[in-house]
Amino acid sequence: MSKGVLVDVTRCIACRSCMVSCKSWNDLPSIPGGFQNNWDAPGKMDANNWTVVNNYMIEDGDDIKWRFVKKQCMHCLEPACESACFTHSFVKTKEGAVIYKPTTLNQDYCVGCRYCMIACPFGVPSFQWDKAFPYVLKCRFCYDRMKEEGLEPACVTSCPTQTLKFGDREELLAEAWDRINKNPNYVKRVYGEKEYGGTSWLYISDVPFDKIGFRTEAYGKPVTERSIPSLTWDVLKWTPAIFFGWGALLTAMRAYTKRRAEVHDESEMYAPVDPKE
Amino acid sequence: MQIGRNWSFRITAFRMLLFAFVAIAVAAALYRFVYGLGAVTNLSDEWPWGLWIGFDLLCGIALAGGGFSTALIVHVLHKDKYLPIARAALLTSLIGYIIALVSLFLDIGRWYNFWRPFFYWGFHSVLFEVFWCISLYTTVQVLEFGDIFFEKVNFPAMKKILGALMTPMLILGIVLPSLHQSSLGSLYIVAIDRLYPLWWSMIIPFFFVWSAFFLGPAMVTVEGTLAARAYGREPEMHVFESLTKVTLWMMVIYLIVKIIDLVYRGVFSMAFNGSYESNMFLIEMIGFVVIPIIMYAIPSIRTKLWGVLTASILVVVGVIFNRMNVVFTGMAKAAGGSYFPSFWEWMITIGMWSALVLLYCFVVENFPILSKEDHVSHGHDFASKPGIHA
Ligand code: SF4
Ligand code: SF4
Ligand code: SF4
Repeated sequence: MSKGVLVDVTRCIACRSCMVSCKSWNDLPSIPGGFQNNWDAPGKMDANNWTVVNNYMIEDGDDIKWRFVKKQCMHCLEPACESACFTHSFVKTKEGAVIYKPTTLNQDYCVGCRYCMIACPFGVPSFQWDKAFPYVLKCRFCYDRMKEEGLEPACVTSCPTQTLKFGDREELLAEAWDRINKNPNYVKRVYGEKEYGGTSWLYISDVPFDKIGFRTEAYGKPVTERSIPSLTWDVLKWTPAIFFGWGALLTAMRAYTKRRAEVHDESEMYAPVDPKE
Repeated sequence: MQIGRNWSFRITAFRMLLFAFVAIAVAAALYRFVYGLGAVTNLSDEWPWGLWIGFDLLCGIALAGGGFSTALIVHVLHKDKYLPIARAALLTSLIGYIIALVSLFLDIGRWYNFWRPFFYWGFHSVLFEVFWCISLYTTVQVLEFGDIFFEKVNFPAMKKILGALMTPMLILGIVLPSLHQSSLGSLYIVAIDRLYPLWWSMIIPFFFVWSAFFLGPAMVTVEGTLAARAYGREPEMHVFESLTKVTLWMMVIYLIVKIIDLVYRGVFSMAFNGSYESNMFLIEMIGFVVIPIIMYAIPSIRTKLWGVLTASILVVVGVIFNRMNVVFTGMAKAAGGSYFPSFWEWMITIGMWSALVLLYCFVVENFPILSKEDHVSHGHDFASKPGIHA
């Protein structure tokens, strides 16, 4: 069964326990920058910070709301990073985690071209810019814990407010809608249900998603619900047909026009130039 | 400078300067290999691709489009009047691809793995197609060039083998670039919702391959004129002029398809919304598509060297401008952060293009690439009229 996590934004108190436990479980160095006690500057995920909690102040007249949002890889159902990679260095496991094979499975095929970073619609994969042989790193859904020890992700275990709930994605989705339907404060949307083909991590919130750093529309249109791999495949699937069709057409044209063309001795036509100055 | 009995390379002050640029670039590249990309570039998680991919790779390959469009015109359609430029186009194209491959190699982080994609069947990736086609096509071009090489270096057996392979190679030499020129566009399909809708389209592969194709004749014109000036030869004006017909019609079709695509996707009005992106788009379409079309359409402009040259330069700059818009302008809003190439990124790029010029000079001075002068003067000789020598 494919796993997921339900993130209930209304419950998060920004204690950042998840950030700490992610770091300690995954042995990520604590480098000043992404991980500091600056509440105004939104933190960014990078190669050493696979998850960040950002704060948002939403003003609605006199009504001011603070909301805190944990972000990490969304673990898409059909991940763009996986389909973009020409060495297949990302893979969606049947457990639901999207993992990077070079570091997680020790299959070092990645060439470091960073097309996965261009492809990810959530801007997740991060590069070790300071390394001579950098890896592309991101949240791996604690695949090792899940797979080998049957444990919940480190961040979920450490969350004191039950903002994060680990479980089967389908069940979590049902629970998400249940919570939304029982409480009119929630926005009627589960972010991650359909966006870009759906994701394993799901979010519910009582403030509009576009106010807390989620893209709900792009250039005036709602974000697409088709998966990115399916879009590229719509174009790529034509490759063999173009290869053979275009090749055959060219061969035919060449044969047809050749009969009418004069014959040239090419070796008589050209000569090295004299570099006169 | 004599290198052995048969080889020569003239050293001028300008060429020394180019050599210096190449040397600096090589040093910077070595530094990059030891200390990583972060040490020499301004790339970041927001801007994973920069100058080397955007300019050296995307534009280098597009500018090399002269190779496949000329091959199609000369060797498939057998329009023999264009033969005089065929080899020069092949040469620039080959060097362009080598530059692109070198910059790709510099840009990838785990370069010792560069051969992996050959053995990993990642066919669901656009990059996989690009990588295979570019590598194969570069090989094909090296073989095609081998045919010329063995005209100089006498080795009849080799020449014969290559001669027999010529037809399949020529066909592959058109099919492969058609595929990857378009796939370079398809790379940006993943950027849906991020690349500005004036550029993002499901048919962006068509726009890329089509523009690479019509860029070919323009590029041949520009480099032909440059070579003619550098070596004190007559520019092949009659060839340039009749090539404008190809470019003209292809650009008209490009413009029409572009408009239909924008209207179909309901984003046509975005071109006039006054945003930075829309202005860049209008400059691209009017300055570098509509104006060259008009210039090519007017006989009194296209029959003059200055006219055909100016219009061709506009076309060349226009395609570069388009690629830059896709890679940078159109992505800026979604990417956030800012990117401007670092000093060393510039130096490596400059070094790479200097190497291109040096290689070109060396090859045309030592191999039969440009047509013999007496072949040039037949046909209507516009260039010999006074006042046209630019
Ligand atoms: S969010 Fe990005 S990195 Fe994570 S699975 Fe989806 S495409 Fe891949
Ligand atoms: S950087 Fe590595 S993982 Fe990402 S697309 Fe390139 S080869 Fe694949
Ligand atoms: S699932 Fe694991 S790797 Fe991902 S953010 Fe949580 S602790 Fe970090």
